[in-house]
Amino acid sequence: MGMTLAEKIIARAAKQETVRANDICTVELDLLMSNDGTTHITVDKYNKLKHPRIADVSKLVWIIDHNLPSDSVKTADSHKKMRDFAKEHGITFYEGEGVCHQVMMEHHVRPGQLIFGADSHTCAYGALGAFGTGVGNTDYLYAMVTGTSWVLVPETLRFNLTGKLPDGVYARDLILTIIGQIGANGANYKAMEFGGEGLKTIDMAGRISICNLCVEAGAKTALMEADEVALEYLREHGREPVECFRPDADAVYAKVYDIDLSKIRLIVAKPHFVDNVVPAEEALGIHIDEAFLGSCNNGRIEDLRIGAELIKGRKVHPDVRFLVVPASRSVYEQAVKEGLMEIFMEAGAIICNPNCSVCWGACQGVIGEGETLISTGTRNFKGRCGHRESFVYLGSAATVTASAIAGEITTADRIG
Amino acid sequence: MEQFKGKVWLMGDDIDTDIILPTEYLVFNTIDEMKPYAFSPLRDDIAKELQPGDIIVAGNNFGCGSSREQAPEVVKALGVSCIIAKSFARIFFRNAINNGLLLIENADLADDVKEGDEITVSSGRIEYNGKVYKTASLPENLLEILDAGGLVKAMRKRNGLED
Amino acid sequence: MGHTLVEKIIAGNVGKEVFPGDIVTVNVDNVMLDDIMMPFIVSKFKEMGFTKVWDPDKVVIICDHLVPASQVDDIRAYKTSCSFADEQGITNLHKSDGICHQLMTEAGYVKPGHVVFGTDSHTTTYGCVGAFSTGIGYTEMAGILGTGQLWIRVPATIKVVINGTLPENVMAKDVILKVIGDLGAAGATYKSLEFTGDTIEKMSISSRMSMSNMAIEAGAKCGLFAPDEKTAEYCRVKLDEFQKGLKGDEDAVYEQVLEYRAEDFVPVCAVPSNVDNVQPISKLGEVKVDQVFLGSCTNGRLEDLMAAAEILKGKKIAPFVRFIVTPASRKVYLEALKNGTIDILLNAGADITHPSCGLCCGRTGGILTDGEVVVATNNRNFLGRMGTNKVKIYLASPKTAAASALAGKITEA
Repeated sequence: MGMTLAEKIIARAAKQETVRANDICTVELDLLMSNDGTTHITVDKYNKLKHPRIADVSKLVWIIDHNLPSDSVKTADSHKKMRDFAKEHGITFYEGEGVCHQVMMEHHVRPGQLIFGADSHTCAYGALGAFGTGVGNTDYLYAMVTGTSWVLVPETLRFNLTGKLPDGVYARDLILTIIGQIGANGANYKAMEFGGEGLKTIDMAGRISICNLCVEAGAKTALMEADEVALEYLREHGREPVECFRPDADAVYAKVYDIDLSKIRLIVAKPHFVDNVVPAEEALGIHIDEAFLGSCNNGRIEDLRIGAELIKGRKVHPDVRFLVVPASRSVYEQAVKEGLMEIFMEAGAIICNPNCSVCWGACQGVIGEGETLISTGTRNFKGRCGHRESFVYLGSAATVTASAIAGEITTADRIG
Repeated sequence: MEQFKGKVWLMGDDIDTDIILPTEYLVFNTIDEMKPYAFSPLRDDIAKELQPGDIIVAGNNFGCGSSREQAPEVVKALGVSCIIAKSFARIFFRNAINNGLLLIENADLADDVKEGDEITVSSGRIEYNGKVYKTASLPENLLEILDAGGLVKAMRKRNGLED
Repeated sequence: MGHTLVEKIIAGNVGKEVFPGDIVTVNVDNVMLDDIMMPFIVSKFKEMGFTKVWDPDKVVIICDHLVPASQVDDIRAYKTSCSFADEQGITNLHKSDGICHQLMTEAGYVKPGHVVFGTDSHTTTYGCVGAFSTGIGYTEMAGILGTGQLWIRVPATIKVVINGTLPENVMAKDVILKVIGDLGAAGATYKSLEFTGDTIEKMSISSRMSMSNMAIEAGAKCGLFAPDEKTAEYCRVKLDEFQKGLKGDEDAVYEQVLEYRAEDFVPVCAVPSNVDNVQPISKLGEVKVDQVFLGSCTNGRLEDLMAAAEILKGKKIAPFVRFIVTPASRKVYLEALKNGTIDILLNAGADITHPSCGLCCGRTGGILTDGEVVVATNNRNFLGRMGTNKVKIYLASPKTAAASALAGKITEA
C-alpha cells in the first residue's frame, strides 16, 4: 500500500520505511522557525529548564517580523530578549528581512524537510514539497532542546487540480473557494495535498499562497510535489532539495477532491471567518476604510505586480488608506527595480517596511471602531486587525487593489 | 490674587513636556485618563501622591519641548495650584495661562526650598521659612485671560455665550 | 533705527513699526493642525462657541503622528481630522503624505514673510523660508480658527553669524546642535534666532530647515533665515519688495550676537537626555549602538537620505543593529526612489517606513527599552521619548547616523 506525500516525509524524518495515517512517530526536525509573536515566551521557558541545551543550533531560524519597527516598550522588551538570546547562542537571526514564511521560503526551506514553526501559517512550506506545521511554544521548546518531536501522521485530503484559472482569477481565489467548500475545520488534523495537471499552471507565488492558507481549513500541513516549477525556484535561491517525494499511485486518501480550475471565480471571504466565502459579486459596493496588499499570503512580487498594474495612472480613493507591504526585503528591492513602488507612491498608497502589518493587527495600519478593511492577509477574525468592532474582508491582490481605487469592494474588471 | 498656601514638590531644570506627559498617553480621550502618568519618566510617586493645592517648584526652563497642551492641562487637573520656576518655556507658558494655570517666576526659591515644606503665595510675593521672595506680575492681556478662567471662557464671552 | 528680521515680518503683518516687547495682534496667514491634537482643537473650538473657521483656505490639517495607525485609538484622531475638514470645507488635508513641517513648506503653503502658527513646537521650521512661525497649544489654535488672529509679544533677537566653509563630515545638524549647546536649552527663550553669514547663504533650504526646526530646542520662539533666490525657487514665488527687504538691518538692535567660523565645527551629538548637552563625537569614547533612526522633520529630507546613502553604498549595516529610515514626505520618498537612494538604503539593511513622524514622536516606529542606545537624527532626546527612561538617545547628523549604523557604535563620518 502506498504513501501520501505527508507520510513519505514523516517516514523519512522518523527513519522508518513506512508510516500510516494515525501512527504516532518520533521524528527528527530539519528546521525550527520561530518569530517575535512568541519567541520571548520560549526563551523564558528555556531559561527555567534544569538542563537547558539546544540540540542543533544550525536548525534554528528566528525572525522578527510581527511588530516591526517596535511599537511599544513591551515589544522592545520581547525583541531584545529574542535578539540577545540569538546572539548568545549563534542562532540564525533575521530582523527586517521580511515576513517569516517568506524569509523561510527564500532562504531555508528544501523539499523533503519536516519543519516546525511557532506560527500557524508554517504550512506555507508545502509549496516547496516540505512538511511545515505550526506548533505552540512548548512543542517548539521541546524540539529545540531535543531536536525531535512526536507527530500524529495525518490523514490526507487530496486535491486534484485540472484545467487553468481564468484570466483575472488567482490562486488566492482558488484556496478561498476550497476553504469555503470544506469549511474552517474541514481539514482538521489533516494534510491537504495538491496535485494534478492543473497545479503546473500555478506559479510559486500562487502555490505559497494556497499552502499558506490551508491552516484556515484546520489543516496540519499542506503539500505539493516539488516539480520543475519548485526546483527552478530553489535553484534561483541557491539551494538543493533534500528529497523530492512523490505520492504513490496507491496512496490512501481520506477524501479526494477534483477541482476544475477553469470554474473558479473571484471570491471574497466576509467577516468574521475565512470560510464565510461568497462570489465577489455578492460583496460589491461595501464601503471600505482601508485596503491591505501584503502578508505571507499575498505580499510577493507577483502580487505587487498585479496591484501596480491595476493602479498605475489611477489614485487611491480619497476615503481609503491603501497599505502596500512587501513580504520581504528582496520583494521590496525587486519592486523598486521594476518601478512598482513609484506607481504605488504616486497613487497615494502607504508603503511600509516588510512586516506582518495589519494582517497581524499591530504596529502599522490597524483599523478603528466600525471600520472596514479589505485585505490580502490570512485571517478575518473579529478584532484581528484592530478594534473589536471592525470588519475584515479577504480578497485577492487584484480585488483588494480594485477596491482601494473604488472606495468600496469591487473587482478588477469593474475598474473602468 | 488671594493668598494661599501649599506643599512643595521640588523638581530640577528642564522639566520637559515628555516628562510631564509622555507621548504614548496623548491618545487618551480625556485628561483624567492621562493623570496617572504625569511625570512618570521622572518619578512614579508624584501623580499618585500629589494633593489638590500642592505647589510645584522647579528650576530653569520648565515645560520645554512639545506644544502639547495636555501637559499644563494634566498638571492643572492634578490640582496643582501653581508652578513656581526659575523660568518657563514659552509655549508651555502660553498654554498654562490659556488653561488658567498660574505660573510664577522666581530665581531663588528653588534653591532654598525643601520638598514637602509649605510655602505661602500672594500677589507679588512668596513666603517660605520666614523669608520673602518677590515675584513679578503678569502682563495685562494675560491677566485678562487668567481672570476669565482661561482662553476658552474668554472666547465664549466674546461669542456672547457667557457674561 | 534699523530692525531685525522678525521685527520686519511682524511689522509687515500689523502694518506698523514694532519693537521687542511690544504686544501686538497679528493676522494669521496660515495655520497647521496635526492629527494628534485634532480631537482637542475641535472640542475647544466648539466649546468656545465657534461654528465656522475664519478662512478654510488658510487652514492645513496634516495626519502624520498617528499614520499608519499602530493602535486602534489612533484612528480617532484621523477620523476627527477628516470629518472636521469635511465639515469646514478645508481642502488642505494630508492623510498620509508625510510630516507636517515638511509639507507646510514643500507643498507651498508657507511663503516668505508669512505669519504661521502650528499645534506643534517644531513649527519654528518655516523660518527656513523667512516666515515667522511658532508652536502654540490647542486652545490658542481653536481661538485662531475662530478669529484668524493671535496676540504675540515681539521677541528680541539673537543673531547667529557663521562664515566660511563647513568641513566635509559636518552638516547643518552639527551646526545647530553646537549653537544650542552654546546657548543652552533655555538660552533663547521668548527670543528670535536669526541666522546669517556666508555659510548660511551657501546652505540649501533643506539644511536651513534642519536649523530652524531645532530653534525651539534653545527655547526660541522662531529661527529665521532671510529669504533669497534659493528660497524663491523653493517656494515657487518671485520675491516682492517686502520679501526682498526681509533681512536684519545693519543697525538693528540684537540682544546677543554669536559668531562662528565654519571651519571650527566638528561632528557632534547631543548626549542623553538633553538637547543642549552637546559633545564632539571624537570625545565620546566607545558607545555601542542598538538602533539608528534616520528621519523626522529635522533630518528626513532627500539631502539627508542621500548623505547617508553615500556612506552606505554597497555596504551592510552592523549585525544586530536596526536602521530605521523614515522619509519626511511622499515627495522625498519618490525623489529618493527615482535617484536610487532608496535602493541603496534597502540594500544596506534599512527598514524603510512610510513617511510620517515615526519614532521621533515616540508612538511607534522603533520603540526601545532599558539600556538600549539609539542614534537619531531627530530633534529631541528627552527622557522616555522613545521608550523607557533608560533608553539612551544620541542626536546626530545623518552622516554620523549612517556611519554609526555601519560601525555598530557612534562614529563620525
